[in-house]
Amino acid sequence: MTTTTTAAPAGVRRRAASFLHRHSGVRLSLLLSAPLAWLGLAYLGALAALFVTAFWSTDVFTGDVVRVFTWANFTDLVTGEVYRTVALRSLGVAAAVTLIDLVVAFPMAFAMAKLASPRAQRWLVIAVLTPLWASYLVKAYAWRVMLSSDGVLGWGYGLTATVVTLSYLWLPYMILPIYAGLERLPNSLLDAAGDLGARGWRTFRTVVWPLTFPAAVAGSIFTFSLSLGDYITVKIVGGKTQLIGNVVYDNIGAANNLPFAAAVATVPVVIMLVYLAAVRRTGALESL
Amino acid sequence: MRSPRPRFARPSLVVTAALALAAVAGCGGGSSTAGGSAAAPGGDAFTPPKIEALKSLGPGEGQVNLVAWAGYAEDGSNDPKVDWVHPFEKATGCTVNTKTAGTSDEMVNLMKTGEYDAVSASGDASLRLIASGTVAPVNTDLVPNYKDVFEGLKLKPWNSVDGVAYGIPHGRGANLLMWRTDTVQPAPDSWGVVFDPASPYKGKVTAYDSPIYIADAALYLMSAKPELGIKDPYALDDKHLQAAVDLLKQQKQNIGEYWSDYTKAVQSFKSGDTAVGTTWQVIANLVEADKAPVETTLPKEGSTGWSDTWMVAAKAKHPNCAYKWLDWIISPMANAQVAEWFGEAPSNVKACAETSDKSFCDTYHATDEEYFSKVHYWTTPIAQCLDGRTDVKCTDYSEWTRAWTEIKG
Repeated sequence: MTTTTTAAPAGVRRRAASFLHRHSGVRLSLLLSAPLAWLGLAYLGALAALFVTAFWSTDVFTGDVVRVFTWANFTDLVTGEVYRTVALRSLGVAAAVTLIDLVVAFPMAFAMAKLASPRAQRWLVIAVLTPLWASYLVKAYAWRVMLSSDGVLGWGYGLTATVVTLSYLWLPYMILPIYAGLERLPNSLLDAAGDLGARGWRTFRTVVWPLTFPAAVAGSIFTFSLSLGDYITVKIVGGKTQLIGNVVYDNIGAANNLPFAAAVATVPVVIMLVYLAAVRRTGALESL
Repeated sequence: MRSPRPRFARPSLVVTAALALAAVAGCGGGSSTAGGSAAAPGGDAFTPPKIEALKSLGPGEGQVNLVAWAGYAEDGSNDPKVDWVHPFEKATGCTVNTKTAGTSDEMVNLMKTGEYDAVSASGDASLRLIASGTVAPVNTDLVPNYKDVFEGLKLKPWNSVDGVAYGIPHGRGANLLMWRTDTVQPAPDSWGVVFDPASPYKGKVTAYDSPIYIADAALYLMSAKPELGIKDPYALDDKHLQAAVDLLKQQKQNIGEYWSDYTKAVQSFKSGDTAVGTTWQVIANLVEADKAPVETTLPKEGSTGWSDTWMVAAKAKHPNCAYKWLDWIISPMANAQVAEWFGEAPSNVKACAETSDKSFCDTYHATDEEYFSKVHYWTTPIAQCLDGRTDVKCTDYSEWTRAWTEIKG
């Protein structure tokens, strides 16, 4: 009895296995179906819905979306001077945050990968990751308290405060890829550079930087895109400034104007596409 | 619109602040009548879909689904002592399912799903709900406690159309002017202090971060520039809106930060980063409880404010339980509890006898109709002018939103 009950499922499994072995196309499609469904429906589908919505409008009183094609949202977006200012400001903030994180993260990652003992390395990785365990809001409010005029730093709120806070928030996302990249860099290359007479700066410029450039680019994609979409930090420490995320939020949250918010939201998407295309041209994506 | 809403106007805090506030209020009371009447014939500007109100009350359906502001339907989960939901369930047999909404727009969207029976709508959502046929008129005969509601709250433009009630008033409050007494001298009695281009408090002025704040500027212009002819701060034509936008752009030079989250306002007044600006009573209470030197007043120009209304969905699946809830929430005891918890004036006259702090109604000016006659309650600005003008098109809320983006620059 036991043999028959175990034999049946085993037989089914074997037959399925041999079927899949013979039909490699079915095997491949089964393996890919879940991630493709996620990518296609949940991700690209949402993006497509966003893009389509951007061409609709809302009935201003009842708040219902009117599904009639119109260019009005994009016309407003392009002709409105304030949207250009806000988009450029957001771009500037994202670039500044990325640059600050790069400058702070590189020495840190280098020390972790090349100078620290393996035991210390583990602790340093944990130390870098710990801030990620705390809530985003707690960290942003902590900076609010520090930056307030009677706080430890007392710099006050504004665009600078926003850049500093965002740099702090996204720093681990820059350190970890660079650390991983530096770990893969053989120590013998550094020794060879030294043997050939290169000093620190020259070694960095001709050996370390070119080999870790893809890792730095990977980190910059995180810090750049996260900063570009942020609207909460600027609400907490930004004083009276606003970024592109706030414009999107205000149009959904306050005005219930989903189509216009969708049109505004295409701006960071376009900026990111341009950024990724530029990164691709450098060849950094291939060696990731 | 006034997202993260105050959730814990704890009686203990309110008590500590009450005496000082009562004193301030006493001084500010009858100083001026410049504000004029807050009433506007807003509900007459459109014809709502024909929907019948409930004729008679039947037995309860066993449950009711509510959309409410945080703090409006407390079941003891935030504070075991603050619970008016369980007594209601015990008394009526209707289980309460509450969905808390953060903004007026969220409320409108939730109600449109048709899954909810009743909503605590503010004046900037109620008209939209009526116009889209989402809510039905309310038969006030089926709500016994309605007779004890302040007359100043009944059949108003934001809760009725052509004399037909669409909801039961829940409570009200005013947006006040608050300042730190150690930096701002002499004590201001006008919104001019936050709009003055040559303000000595440059960088320490605050304002509410929402398009609805444009109404505050319009209200100030009503008395500062009468030649503009603004009659109602929510009925602005293009010229009026431009004037308000210009004023707010000029104000931005002096702004330290805008606030939308009330904890942010509490903190910046406490630290002194903000010296003067618009506030809510509950914020003032929290700041004073922390011994920061602040005072509040209702300025001579009057003020903007809110008045919330419980409305019943047109397609309510549990209309009888919804009506029972409407009656419960404005019953003297429950109305007193919710008003004290939230920090606003109750809508039921008899609620003032039930508050744990006996001076509560004085602190919040619950019975002071003259005080509230100077309050222009939040209303959704729409294309049809709310002040009754028909020769001109007014600016609607989406235009206000874009103007607000432009003001913040």
